[in-house]
Formats: sequence, structure tokens, C-alpha cells
Amino acid sequence: MALLDVKNLKTYFHTEYGLVKATDGVTFQVNQGEIIGLVGESGCGKTVSILSVMRLIPSPPGETVGGEVIFEGQDLLKYQANGAEMRAIRGSKMTMIFQEPMTSLNPVLTISRQLTETLELHLDMDRQSSRERAIELLKMVGVPDAARRIDDYPHQFSGGMRQRVMIAMAISCNPEIIFADEPTTAVDVTTQAQLLELMTDLVKRLNTALVIVTHNLGVVARYAQRIYVMYAGRIIESGISEDIFGHPRHPYTIGLLNSVPKLGEKHGERKLIPILGLPPNLIGMPPTCAFLPRCTEKKGRCAKEPWPELRAVGDHHYISCYVDIKGK
Amino acid sequence: MDESQSDKIVQVKDLKMYFPITRGLLRRHVADIKAVDEVSFEIKKHETLGLVGESGCGKTTTGRCVLRLYQPTSGSIFFSGIDISKIPESKIKSHRRDMGVIFQDPFGSLNPRQSAGGIVGDPLKIHHMATGSELKDRVTELFRIVGLDPSMMDRVPHEFSGGQRQRIGVARALACSPSLIICDEPISALDVSIQAQIINLLEELQEKLGLTYLFIAHDLAVVQHISDRVAVMYLGRIMELTDSAELYDNPLHPYTKALLSAIPIPDPVAERTRTRIVLKGEVPSPVNPPPGCHFHPRCSLAIGECSQARPPLRDVGNGHYVACIRV
Repeated sequence: MALLDVKNLKTYFHTEYGLVKATDGVTFQVNQGEIIGLVGESGCGKTVSILSVMRLIPSPPGETVGGEVIFEGQDLLKYQANGAEMRAIRGSKMTMIFQEPMTSLNPVLTISRQLTETLELHLDMDRQSSRERAIELLKMVGVPDAARRIDDYPHQFSGGMRQRVMIAMAISCNPEIIFADEPTTAVDVTTQAQLLELMTDLVKRLNTALVIVTHNLGVVARYAQRIYVMYAGRIIESGISEDIFGHPRHPYTIGLLNSVPKLGEKHGERKLIPILGLPPNLIGMPPTCAFLPRCTEKKGRCAKEPWPELRAVGDHHYISCYVDIKGK
Repeated sequence: MDESQSDKIVQVKDLKMYFPITRGLLRRHVADIKAVDEVSFEIKKHETLGLVGESGCGKTTTGRCVLRLYQPTSGSIFFSGIDISKIPESKIKSHRRDMGVIFQDPFGSLNPRQSAGGIVGDPLKIHHMATGSELKDRVTELFRIVGLDPSMMDRVPHEFSGGQRQRIGVARALACSPSLIICDEPISALDVSIQAQIINLLEELQEKLGLTYLFIAHDLAVVQHISDRVAVMYLGRIMELTDSAELYDNPLHPYTKALLSAIPIPDPVAERTRTRIVLKGEVPSPVNPPPGCHFHPRCSLAIGECSQARPPLRDVGNGHYVACIRV
């Protein structure tokens, strides 16, 4: 049985312009110790999906109106977002690494206080032992001179080091699952490489599941075992990493892979093939496939019938598309 | 000037740009941020020179010096054969007409209260190049060139999408028919599926109008795609400069190698066989950079000599330059 089973998750936002269906029927599974990539462009609902799972959607304006989030056999959507059950899970069994380490750490508290708070709250540790554990955690994530730096404030750390502190916080209570929301978008490539190696190495050692949410296809290709591709609030393709990158079947995934320059391609060797048009506005979407206006493979059927459900096109390979395209 | 120099549109020599750090009421000069530290390069006519490096390496400052938006601390910048680094501020305008610039943020670089047509037409007015119906015709033409519908001329920036806004930025850069365009991270604020549209537009324009680009970006895959030659910067200095294909096939500098190996590629099969060089530590501060080679504290090849003297950017053949004594 999957560790986390998200079924048909729907989270809507009530705005002054109308109802925004940020996620509209998202389904995905995460198994124990697995590394998953959740990929899509900005505004496609990746972050909203995982915030809904963590029950962190601000309400109002947001509201999770349907679906199930089964974690260790319990449906998290049945709990109060701020109830005792959710608070016991959030930050302990289920943790999160945010994109911007400067805004997600409290600037007026020392690193020590921010790390020990979780330990005292969830693991019932006393001051002394939680501090020792916090130093040990900082060492694990590669903060040099951890015993001294633990009393520093976030602004005394560089961006990469702050993100290491976030990682230490996320693993502090031996979670079952870590969500990393664009964990390396705010840092440079060489720091990105350091952080990704660190994170994936830690989760393998701790046998924790890791969900990497990103818009960068390259980031997940190396580490993720399975990939989910999102577009306009839905999963449009999922499968094991080799299939998604090697034999993509959804026109959007194919388009996305063709539109990025590949390292090592000679200058002038290949013209990029952009995806025409723009990502859709999520207000008042038609019932047909949201990718239809930008699709190069569309058939008559696509404009008449509703957005297709995910269907299997191979082993563990699913697409939400009527058209059958054989590889790229 | 002899023939070999006439095909070079930009020649930067020993460019230094230091920003002073001052303290106290008297603004006592205490230190310098050495943003650009003796950088030399050339850009040939109709080519694209990529300038790549991590944040804080001085690539944007270099671009701004070429535009003379900053007064360089020392060094010279020849633009079309004239040294513009020493021209007084009051006389720089006529030289700048021949350069365009495209900024990173298509939200922050367009006046939110001005119409798109007004934004694109502004350079023409400033340089007294067109008025009245002539101005309108030129703006209409520019809109067509960058793939925007001229009927949208009266709209204000927030009515456009990110990709369209960047097209407005491109149109503005083209307004005075410049020969050189400085593209400062022109696509990094855009969505993945939109980036290719702007890259293709820039490539088409270069072919059609015979433009020369200085393309500044942190994404090496993008830089390599668009550039003929690439310069890799680290902490204010050029570490390696060569042909874009050569840079990938035969990188020489240890920093270039680490940078290349750190870039994730969207291919899991290739990724698993690649060795990744993970650099230790972080980029030092440009206020107090390490002595000798700036990269030596993080370098796996470093020896004692590396901390003694600055390695010169030397030619190793076929226009491949590298600043390292160990390769």
C-alpha cells in the first residue's frame, strides 16, 4: 500500500474575478522511501496540491472541496486543518522545505530556537537533549562549525546554508515524507548541485519519501524514480522517469522537452520548438482539455469531449490525452 | 586601425569596476567591492558572445559598463573603434544610440503607466529620430518585427503576458536600429514554455537585422544554445573564453568543469552515468577575494603557486583562452 494516496484532490480559490480551480482532480501516490518529481510551469497547481495535502491552504479564500488524502490509512481531509491530529502529523511525519529560505525562517529567532522548537514539541525532548540533537542535525546537513553557528540568526547564513537549515528542520523528527517545493530555485547551479545531492542522500539513508516540486525538468531527471507532470490543475502524464524523459506521450510533455536547450547541443544545431500560445487562465475554464488551444496534435474529438481521464499507455505510464503519439 | 580590428564591434581591455564601501558621516572609504576585476574580451560583428556565471560574478556589471551606465574604475571599452570609457557623461548619448538593452524583469523594466507604443517609441523621441506619423509608422513596424499586434499599442504593460512584455522590451531595444544589443538575463523571469519563443525571436532578429549580442545569463545550456563564443566568469574575472561547442566538448578550467557538471540535464539515463563535481564551500566575498587565482580555495587542482599570483588568461590555441596555470 502506498504511503500517501491522493485521489481526485480539488482545491478552489474564491477570488473577486471568479472561482479559480487551482487543482481540479489531482491524483498521485507516493511509496515509502521513494523520490517523486512533480513538474509543471508556474500556476499549474503543483504548490497548491502539496499545500492541500499538508492542510496549509489559507481559508478563505482557498477551500479543498473534494477528494481524499490517505496517509498511513487515514484520510487527512477528514481532520480539522488546525486540529490536534493534523498538528501531530505536520512538521513531524510530514514536513516541507520551502523555496525561499529567507522568508521561511524566522528572522528574529536563532537557528537553535527554530530547530529545537520542533524537537520539543513533537518528540518531547528537554532543552539540553534537543540542543544536542539540533547540533547533530546541522552537522548532518553539512553546516561547518555547527556547535557555534547554532546560535546565529538566519541573516548570518548564506542562501545555500539557510536552505541546509531548512533541510535539517525537515528531517529533524524522522519524517515519513518530505515535500520540497522548488527547493533550489533561489540558489545558483553549483549550490543547487550541493543541495540536491545532500537531500537525496539523506532521504535514502533515512528511508524517507521525498517529493520534489519543480519547474526545472533537469532537476528531477537525475534523482526521481517517478514523475508526475501537471498542467492547469491536473496531472496530465505520469510514469517512471526513464519513460517520461525518454518516451513522453502527452503533447505537452513532448513540447516542454523540445522547448528547452540541451547542454552540449552545438550553436545553431537545432532550433528550439516553442509551445505556442500561453498557459491558460484558470478562471472559467472550458470542460475540454486545457492544453487544446496550444496542442499541435489535436483531433476533432478533443474539442467535443471533456478533458480525458488518465489512461494507461504502458507499464506505470499514464496520460490524459485522446491522441496516441508514439514517442518523440 | 588595421583590418583585423575593424570586424570587432566591442573591445574591452582590463576593465575594472570597483564599488566603494563607505562608512560613517564623512563617508570614509573603507573597502571596495571588486565587481569586475580586469576583464578583457572582444565581440565580433554579427556574433553572440555569451557571458555566464553565478550570481555576483560581475556579469551584469560588465554589461552595464559596456553600456556606460557605470563609469568604469579603469580600463578601456572600445565601441566601434572609439574608447567610450573616457567620454564625459554629457556626450555619451550619441554613442549609446547604437546600443540596445533588454533587461531581465519584464515587469520592472517597463513603465506601468505608459502605453506599450509609448515605451517602444521613447528611444526614438529621446534621440530625435522620428516624430509624428513617422514615429507611429516606426513603432508599428517594430511591433510587427517582434510578433506583437500593432493594435495593442495603446495598452499598458499589465495587460500583456510575461512573454509579450519581453517582446515589448525587445522592440524598445531595437527602436534606434542599434548594432549591439546587450541581453541581460532576458528569459530567466519567463515560464519554461515561453522561454523558447523569446530565444527563437532573438535568433531570427539577429539573422534578419545583422545584430551583435552580448548575452548575459546564468543558465549555461541557454547561453550555449544561443552563443558563438562563451566567457565564463567567476568572482569578477573571466576564467575561460572559447567557442561554445569547444566549451562543452573540451572545458579546461576546473571551474568550468564543475559548472558544466552541476547543470542538470533532462535525461535520466545520461544523468546516471554522468559524474558530478560538487564544489566545496561557497563563493567568497568580492570585497575580500582570495589572493592569486580567485578560484583556488575551492579548486581540486590547486597547488601553492595558485595562491601567489593571478593566472593570466592565456591562449591555448584556436581562440581558446583559459586562466589557469594547472591546465
